Formats: sequence, structure tokens, C-alpha cells
Amino acid sequence: MSDFVVIGAAILAGALGGYLLARRWRIGRRTEEPEAIHRILLPFTGTEISRRALDAALRLSRAEDATLMPAYLATVPKRLPLDCSIPHQAGQAMPMLEAIEQRATAQRVPVDARIERGRSYRHALARLLEAEPVDRVVVPAGATGSNGLSGDDLVWLLDRAPAEVLILRPAPSDEGRVSVSRESR
Amino acid sequence: MPDGRYKIFLGMAAGVGKTYRMLQEGHAEADAGRDVAIGYLEPHKREDTIAQARGLEAVARRPVTHRDVIVEEMDLPAVIARRPELALIDELAHTNPPGIEHEKRYEDIADVLAAGIDVFSTVNVQHLESLNDQVAELTGVRVRETVPDSVLGTADEVVLIDLTPEALIARLRAGKIYRPENIDAALNNFFRIENLAALREVSLRQVAESVESQRLTLEQLEPLGTREEERIAAEAPKAVGERLLALVRPQPSSQRLVRRAWRSAQRLGTDLDLLWVKPPGQPVEGEAERQVTALRQLASVLGATLLVEEHDDLVAAVARVVRERGSTYIMVGESKPRRGFGRLREPLPQRLMEATPPGVDVRIVAYRVGEEKQ
Repeated sequence: MSDFVVIGAAILAGALGGYLLARRWRIGRRTEEPEAIHRILLPFTGTEISRRALDAALRLSRAEDATLMPAYLATVPKRLPLDCSIPHQAGQAMPMLEAIEQRATAQRVPVDARIERGRSYRHALARLLEAEPVDRVVVPAGATGSNGLSGDDLVWLLDRAPAEVLILRPAPSDEGRVSVSRESR
Repeated sequence: MPDGRYKIFLGMAAGVGKTYRMLQEGHAEADAGRDVAIGYLEPHKREDTIAQARGLEAVARRPVTHRDVIVEEMDLPAVIARRPELALIDELAHTNPPGIEHEKRYEDIADVLAAGIDVFSTVNVQHLESLNDQVAELTGVRVRETVPDSVLGTADEVVLIDLTPEALIARLRAGKIYRPENIDAALNNFFRIENLAALREVSLRQVAESVESQRLTLEQLEPLGTREEERIAAEAPKAVGERLLALVRPQPSSQRLVRRAWRSAQRLGTDLDLLWVKPPGQPVEGEAERQVTALRQLASVLGATLLVEEHDDLVAAVARVVRERGSTYIMVGESKPRRGFGRLREPLPQRLMEATPPGVDVRIVAYRVGEEKQ
């Protein structure tokens, strides 16, 4: 009888010890400082993004074991506070970020998306670069124009960005765009 | 006495012709033999509108003194005493000066309807409460006089007065909306093609959603037969005020959950709360701090509220927040596969359903392959 009691106590003690060890391991893992993450920033505006730029950013992210940070740049009219909610632009950004994330996940590239507000696209980009450490910025030159980053913005980016900047010139045959129709919201 | 019928003429901006159309239809009703009276008209000195109002009886306005200024307001008791079959009451979003029956004109209209009088009224889309942020973002102009969206829902009929942006700008240039000295300023500010195009889209969507919600309400009512059931069904849309709560953690995979939750909130026309239950004593620094900041920014962009609760019991913390915030819907990310002693515990969604008040739904948002589960 006493043997059973001893064996039972030993099993209980073992189980308790195992539980405590597992718990300690879990807590230790939770509080562990995550290692530095390499980030590749892919800023975009509007409702489409150059497929060439996205593919390049994904290739780089895979090669460098980096996290892709697609960032939708939104503008806030001067009469409104900069931190006001922007549901209309968020409605444009969300399906785009979803589409980018789908492509990235298919290629096993981790994604950490952002929506950044500013008085202009350049201002939004400046705020983003100030807040987020990034190792590389990939910008499609084809996106320049009235709806995106202008040539001046790209010059500014080359001059000021605390990261390597890769400006992709579209190939003459590159008509590819990743876009999302409004209906898919 | 049954309530009067309520028809609202909705426009994307001033000058599309809401008041004009309301008066036209008022004339048509009068020609058909109905007793029609103007309860309140704001023609904004537009000649076409003033001309269109001729031939319709107008109930005299009443002078009200506000901050030493005498303003003319709709005389609600006089309109009800006059008892026309149909009252035309312009600008339902108007705010009344203090000291008269109601603070807002849409409340005056509710009294007129309750007296069994049909009402035609007008409103611009930017006055709807839920669209206020969106329209302010689009146009840079925040409208102070707002009305609850439910006002549109109470109308028996909503008529969208649609006009292309180009046609509206042509009307503006022709001096049909503002005086010549104000035209340039209007063209440079509010009346820009991109503003008007966006407002038009918002108006069209609003009316489509309003029609859809009315259709659903009717479908809910139809199968019910008894008087008691009808009463319950009629009250149901008012009673169900949805509020979403998404459980997040400071990690990139939470963003997809937030996106899903936000889209659901948009569809339901409801508010969204994000909740992170932070284990006590866990330092928020480095990457975790950046992720919390990113979540806070995302919440601000979306007009959602990020709540951070320090608690060692996730379920208890969620249950408390659900009660405090009146949440009706909880969205959680997919859990990691349970191992070891974890298998003995009930899954998180089940524990949440047991701990929260009855009727709170729990939805699990699946992660994509390769994403880190919570």
C-alpha cells in the first residue's frame, strides 16, 4: 500500500515539476527581447502599386530574411488635425495591404504594414522614417506624378532617408499593377 | 392616430436642387388635391427656389431672440395647429436656438409626424453623424450640425438628388448657388471635382445601404404574425446596437485581425474597440513598444479605440471590458495548437462565451499560412 503512495507521490511531484518548468520556459520566452528585425519599406499611395516594385521588395525581403513593411501614405487636409481618423483613405489602403500581404505570405515573407498620415505624401514618408527603423526603401519611380511621390520627393528621399533607397524605373513593357477595385471592400 | 409619412431628399452638397425638388413634389401633391403647407423654407436667396415656392401656403415663422439677435425659426406649434396633410420642412439638420421646443429640427419633424402630418424634408450627406469624419477627410470641412443616421432610417422614402460634379460646378459658375463674389472661393475650396465626386459616391452608397437595411427590416417583420411579435420585431433594429471588440497583441499578425474587424464594423455601421490584455510586469520596450505604437496609430487612423488592460487572466479582463463597453461581438485570432497541460483547458472562444453576457458572439479570424498565431 505504502508503495502505491510513494509511486503516486513521485508521479505527482514529477508532473508538478514538469508543469513548473514548462511555465518558466513559457514566461522566459514571452519576456525575451526579440532580435533585431531587418525591414524593407515599400511606400505607396492611391489604389495601385507597381507589380515590379512589389516583386523586387519581396525578392529582397526573402533574400535578406527581412520583414516587408508596405506603408500606405495618406494625406490629411490642413484644416483637420493630423491625428484625425481617415476612413475614406483607410478604405482604400485596407484592400491594398490585404493584397500585398497575400502575395507576401505566399512567398513566406513576413509583413508588418503601416498607414501613415501627413500633410503631403512626403510629410507622411518623413514621419514614417522618423518613427520606424528601416534598412531599405523600395520606391517605384513609375508611381510619380500628381497621385504619388513626385521627382522632388524622390530626390528628398535619396538625400534624407536614413536607409538605402532603391528607386525602380519601370521597364518599357512593365504595365503590371497590383490594384484592388473598390467593390472588394 | 398613425404617424405621417416621411420623405427625405438627400443631396451630396448645397445647390444640387433638394429644396427645389421638394417644392416641385409639394406642388404635384397640391395639384392632386392634397392640403400642402410650407413649414419652413430656406431658399438661400436663390431665385429659382423662391419662384418654385410661389403658390404654396407658408406657415409664418416665429422670431426668436438668441444672443441679442432676432432669428426666424419654424413655428412648430403653428405648423401642428395648421394641420396640413403634408408639411414641407427644409434643412432637417438645423440646430434651433435655445428656448424653443427642441434642440434640433429633426426632433421638431418627429412631433409633426406624430401629429399624423406627412413631411417632406431635405438634408446633405455630410450632416449624417457616421459620415462626418469621412466627409471632413474628403473635403477638409467639418460640419457642426449633425443628425443621427437613424433619422434617415426612420424615413419611409429617401430620394437622392443626384447631379454630376461637372453639372454642379456649372450651376455654381452660373451663379445659381452662391453670389458672384463667393463663387471663386467656393470653387477653390469645397466645390472641387474630386471633392464632389467623392461626396457623390458617399451619397450613392448611403442610399443603397439605407435601402438594404429597410429591406432587411421588412423581411424580419414579414414572417411574424401576432401583435406582440410584431411589436418586438419593430423594436429589434433599435435594440441591437452592435459594438465590436477585437483582441490584439503587439505583433504584426494582429493587423490582419484589425483589418477584418474594421471592415465588419464598417458594414455594421458600428464602433470598434481594440483590446490588448497585457500580462502584468511585462516590459513594453524595443520591438513590442514599436508594435504597440503601430497599433495605436492604426486605431487612430481607423477611428477605433485601443484599450490596454493589465491583467493576468485574459478571459476575465475581456469579460469586464465587454460589460463596460457594451460589446456585442468579439473577434479573436486563431490560437496556437494546444500542447501539454494546455490540452486540458477549454479553447479560448469557449471560455470567452462562458464568461461574457449571453448574446455576445465570438468570431475567430484565421491566420494565413506562415503567420504567427496568437
